[in-house]
Amino acid sequence: MKTLEEFVSLFAEQFDETDPNEITANTEFHDLDEWSSLIGLSVIAMVDEEFEVALKGDDMRSSITVEDLYNKVLAHL
Amino acid sequence: MAFFEVKNVRIAGMAAGVPEKVVCNLEIENISNDYDAAAFVEVTGVKERRFDELTVSDLAVPAVERLLHDLGWSKDEIEGLFVVTQHGDYIVPATSCIMQDVLGFTKECMAMDISLGCSGWVYGLSSVASLMSNGMLKKCLLVSGDARRRVEFEDPLFGYAATVTALEYHEGNTGFKFHFGTDGSGYDAIIIPDGGARNQISASSFVPQQVEGRFYTPLQSRMKGMDVFSFGISIVPKSVKKLAEQFGFDYLSYDYLVLHQANMKMNNMIAKKLKFEPSKVPSSMWNFGNTSSASIPLTIVTQLKDSCEKHSVNLLCCGFGVGLSWGTVAFNLDHIVISSLVEVNQKCRSQWV
Repeated sequence: MKTLEEFVSLFAEQFDETDPNEITANTEFHDLDEWSSLIGLSVIAMVDEEFEVALKGDDMRSSITVEDLYNKVLAHL
Repeated sequence: MAFFEVKNVRIAGMAAGVPEKVVCNLEIENISNDYDAAAFVEVTGVKERRFDELTVSDLAVPAVERLLHDLGWSKDEIEGLFVVTQHGDYIVPATSCIMQDVLGFTKECMAMDISLGCSGWVYGLSSVASLMSNGMLKKCLLVSGDARRRVEFEDPLFGYAATVTALEYHEGNTGFKFHFGTDGSGYDAIIIPDGGARNQISASSFVPQQVEGRFYTPLQSRMKGMDVFSFGISIVPKSVKKLAEQFGFDYLSYDYLVLHQANMKMNNMIAKKLKFEPSKVPSSMWNFGNTSSASIPLTIVTQLKDSCEKHSVNLLCCGFGVGLSWGTVAFNLDHIVISSLVEVNQKCRSQWV
């Protein structure tokens, strides 16, 4: 099982221009300049690969912080 | 479990019609509020699309004409014409009936439409092959495709295309192995909300709403991209594996995996999960975009013409999307006829209307 810290790091890897250090567990990711539905696809792909969990758009929309999203992933396990 | 096998039918030939007019996504300004054109092209793999003021029958008719010519089939021989589309020429009647007349097929020709999108070619193939397998119908045509006339040309994912697959009765042929599935709980993942019986057209039907960074009226098809992505990467590998397990074959021994051309990122992910080499997973997205029920046959026509004409190739194809609906088929193509791509403009159209 991956820790929250590892999840945050994997989440940050999906961005091209955003400094990974800018992303923490408390980051409200929808507010990041680079966040878009296309990055959302990369996050879904990452979660599928790393956790074998199929996140839905609602999971993404209803999560405010990166930690919220991590908790959604755990809830699907 | 919706598994079945249809024998004694083969695909004899395939063709595709697309608009001559090319739209390049990199030239579209303000492609979305959320991302730029370059990012869109990189993720989806859709650089160009074909688009014009043409309908699915406008694109299909010349493709049928060319394929019949290349096969040496007479119009009088065609006993069934099946059209898979969700953007027919009219809401009523069926496009297949209009095409029977435009093509000059005999009145002893069965014609029907099937309303499915991304999974539609596989469903259409199963329906037509099943009707033919007892040998009563000898030659039928399956048209599949969409021309989304209600969507503005700036919509960067979808292109217009219509394809035609010619099927013939062939006693002893190994035919097709199918697996199908449906999850109607995702009916609104891809939907045109207004204009049907449920939500009739009203003034609000013309008011644009923002959906994942782009604006669509309720009369235009909109998509929950993340939901469809999640659906595709999980359901397709499972369907392929189930089919292989049911019929006891090694899916990696197949020559090609031809996927519905949904978006590049999704298809790369599916191929990776199934451990298919990228060279065995052809794509037509770069030049034609997502062409709905046309995408699998269009990919075969444009990317596998040489292989399918000169060799015997084993194909695995999976269509998945709107519905939500999916279908996987395994079959052999043995030296079939593939017509060169038919490019249609409005001038061509005026020749038969």
